[in-house]
Amino acid sequence: MRNRAMGQVDQERTVSAVVNGTPREFTVPARRLLSDALRHDLGLTGTHVGCEHGVCGACTVLLDGVPVRSCLVLAVQVQGAAVTTVEGLARSDHQGGEVLHPVQEAFRECHALQCGFCTPGFLMTIAAGLEARDPAQPVTDDEVEDMVGGNLCRCTGYANIKKAVHHAAATIREATR
Amino acid sequence: MTTKLFGEPVRRREDGRLITGRGRYLDDIGHDALAVAFVRSPHAHARVTDIDVDAALDVEGLVAVYTYEDLLGPMAEPLPVLIPHPQLTAPRTGYPLVRDVVHHMGEAVVMVVATDRYVAEDACDRITVSYEQLPVVVGVDAAREARHAVHEDVPDNVAARHHQETGDVEAALAASAHTLAFTQYIERSACMPMEGKGVHAAWDPADSSLRVYTSTQASTSVRAAIAAKLQLSLEKVEVVAPDVGGGFGVKIVHPWPEELLVPMAAIALQRPVKWTEDRREHFISSAHERQQRQEIRVGYDDDGRLTALDVRIWHDNGAYTPYGIIVPIVTATQLVGPYVVPTYRVRVDSVYTNTVIVTPYRGAGRPQGCYAMERTMDRIAQERGLDRAEVRARNLIQPDQFPYDHHLTFQDGRPVIYDSGDYPGLLDKLTALVGWSGVEERRAEATARGKLLGIGMAMYVEGTGPGPYEGGHVQVLGSGKVLVSTGLTSQGQGHETAFAQIVAHELGVPIEDVEVTTGDTRRFGYAVGTFASRAAVMSGNAIALAARGVKEKALRIAGEALEVDPSDLEIDEGLVQVKGTPGISIPLRTVAVLSNPLRYAFDEAAKQATQFAGPGDDSKPPVAAGDAPGLEHVDYYSPVRSTFASGAHAAVVEIDTLTWEIDVVQYAVVHDCGTIVNPMIVEGQVHGGVAQGVGGALYERMAYDADGQLQNASFMDFLMPYASEVPDIDIDHQQTPSPLNPLGLKGAGEAGVIPGTAAIASAIEDATGRRIAAMPISPTELYDLVRDDAAGRVAPRRTGAMA
Ligand code: FES
Ligand code: FES
Repeated sequence: MRNRAMGQVDQERTVSAVVNGTPREFTVPARRLLSDALRHDLGLTGTHVGCEHGVCGACTVLLDGVPVRSCLVLAVQVQGAAVTTVEGLARSDHQGGEVLHPVQEAFRECHALQCGFCTPGFLMTIAAGLEARDPAQPVTDDEVEDMVGGNLCRCTGYANIKKAVHHAAATIREATR
Repeated sequence: MTTKLFGEPVRRREDGRLITGRGRYLDDIGHDALAVAFVRSPHAHARVTDIDVDAALDVEGLVAVYTYEDLLGPMAEPLPVLIPHPQLTAPRTGYPLVRDVVHHMGEAVVMVVATDRYVAEDACDRITVSYEQLPVVVGVDAAREARHAVHEDVPDNVAARHHQETGDVEAALAASAHTLAFTQYIERSACMPMEGKGVHAAWDPADSSLRVYTSTQASTSVRAAIAAKLQLSLEKVEVVAPDVGGGFGVKIVHPWPEELLVPMAAIALQRPVKWTEDRREHFISSAHERQQRQEIRVGYDDDGRLTALDVRIWHDNGAYTPYGIIVPIVTATQLVGPYVVPTYRVRVDSVYTNTVIVTPYRGAGRPQGCYAMERTMDRIAQERGLDRAEVRARNLIQPDQFPYDHHLTFQDGRPVIYDSGDYPGLLDKLTALVGWSGVEERRAEATARGKLLGIGMAMYVEGTGPGPYEGGHVQVLGSGKVLVSTGLTSQGQGHETAFAQIVAHELGVPIEDVEVTTGDTRRFGYAVGTFASRAAVMSGNAIALAARGVKEKALRIAGEALEVDPSDLEIDEGLVQVKGTPGISIPLRTVAVLSNPLRYAFDEAAKQATQFAGPGDDSKPPVAAGDAPGLEHVDYYSPVRSTFASGAHAAVVEIDTLTWEIDVVQYAVVHDCGTIVNPMIVEGQVHGGVAQGVGGALYERMAYDADGQLQNASFMDFLMPYASEVPDIDIDHQQTPSPLNPLGLKGAGEAGVIPGTAAIASAIEDATGRRIAAMPISPTELYDLVRDDAAGRVAPRRTGAMA
């Protein structure tokens, strides 16, 4: 027995959510961060933690399609929601092979990552940003700045990340023609 | 013909796993491990009078609590001074856990091990440490005054006095036609990799062996440190650097206390134990760099040519000196840059303060040296009424002066002799790239928009690739796979790709067949580490030599099998063939099988190889004396001295006269790192370095208050550049290969950051006409400077046109 009044923060709760398209159920203390639950309870370590105070964006995942910082969300808050992490960004083709999301392809093509630690957060943010716009329109520099402007990267100086967004947007636009 | 790979922008082989979330960083390892959290000192200088852990003991899930009292044998001794130096007369290091006196806020006092990190932190909250506070020393000026001592037995706070001179500087100054004297400051920043440090240790009791994963830049040295401190035999310790989320210097320091404490706990508890540093811990208990006070006296002639330079530096080394005085020595010796300095003297006092330790951060003392020299050039230009580019041009070492001996001793103890370069070439390229001569029109155009526009430049020479050595191992398997390993580590520099390019090129195999491993002591036991822009130079050359060894052996064996002279053979796309006669050939993988006289026909490769097996000479042993089975080779590269890369940067700033916000609107880089293995990777390194340079010039500082409290220990308050703060960067390359190593390489990792502060300070001065003598500079500070009439004014501008 703990001899302190933790209130309900460490009471265990069971959460059901659709994670990367698969219904999952997990039991966590009420205080557990979504980032920790994803990484340590569900083994989805692609989501990274750079600050745990909501500034760097490395932990960004999609909650019902909207980017959120998983270090600022409690795991119990995703009850009934759909969570997408970097592991769920690529799609499977008919043979069970992996088809990368255009933004993943673009990151490789444009050398938009070095250590790769910030990368999942950027990928998720940008994927959502591209999803939210009219794919038929060419992407503007301002839009690109907006999509990458809230995440920190200490390695790349962002030039190639911006290039990758242009590249991905062009690929998507090509595909809609 | 094999596709050309060396020198090409080959896409990175590490990216496949990193863009899909399959990277394996430290905290991705061992979810079942026990978790560590630390109670860290809230005070900068204090004596620990009592540690009361009672209240923590009934926290459910608590496993163990350690204080200094629990450390045994070598663990109870101070941490090592990694790099002693005769001039480091008062080295001091801390203990893995504080013994009696805390010397900076953030030092670990108690280690808690629990079932998970949340519980470990709960327990930490319940531990009460009582302190008696002691007087605090913050900043070089306070350290210098020495009203209080950081270490009781170092009353003047001076850890080291470093001194080098190339002649009688006082006489040379006295004889100079003109002299100038000024003082300037540069502040602290830090590496701030997006992934902090972390350690995972697992003990195998049956085998009495330890495996440690650590987010390090020097796994082989961490291994040796753990073995020594925990009194284990070296072969019972394995250390692996997994994917590392950036380093920039902070992870070269070793052993960090946690790299010893976590394995210690894993052995004691016989369970895997893990510690993952959180961001606040990284701010208050890892390392910072850059803070110096520089007093400069310079003599020059009517044409602005240097005659004498005397520099007095006060370097803040923080509370301890585990990494010796590498940073101030680098400042002292790299300060002279690309210039002829007839008489030079530098004196550095490296002083203690009650702050986090100062160890290399990308650039490692070079940005400070560049700031001293380049601002000196600007002052001479202004005083002589000359264009800043022209003053530099007049002082540059000329291409026919190489090798150029500065008569200084570098951080590696070797002479500072520049191996090759073309500095006038850099300057010409830079002025063209940035549009130096067209700046007055741009200034007028900006003024019309209500903005102040200014331009600045800075040049540097960077000693890279210091020894003593690195090694490489290359092995061809019967499957055709080529395994490559080197001991040094990677933190995002794309070594898996660049080293694979080198091997594919040297050996004539498809790059897809090459598999590179770095930083894993199970694969390669000898290494120095990744720092000082040395990975490509050192391991790149070692791996090239190893690949050449493999090739030589392959040609010999293939020559015997094909009954041709090895010198008539070549390897292309993994096939050993007679030059000009493609029909006669043998696959390299078959040669690999042939290289081992023992080959059971386990697989097709071995079966095939038997058709090539020669009759064998009964009078000779199957493995000749001096030969070895297997198609593999280990080699080392050990240079006589460092190779010197160089470059020139220019920045154009626009300043808003309402907000005094400083916007870098253009940034130009000309860069010479000798032969380039992969230009895409090199440009990426430059981009990242420039971003850190801009951060260091305009945003990043460690805001310690007078009590030694770090006031901005979070990403909310310590301002690292986002995309919106980093300008577009124009890059031009120049390649003057190094004559010192087989591949002609020079280092590229740190270059981007070195001239940023100097170039941006120069540009702000040019824009505002106000003397900029302290960097970084915020809009508020700039506003105060402009508003204050007493502040130094710079003479009317003379950029652009030559005077
Ligand atoms: S870890 Fe969540 S924003 Fe930095
Ligand atoms: S790639 Fe290393 S932090 Fe972005």
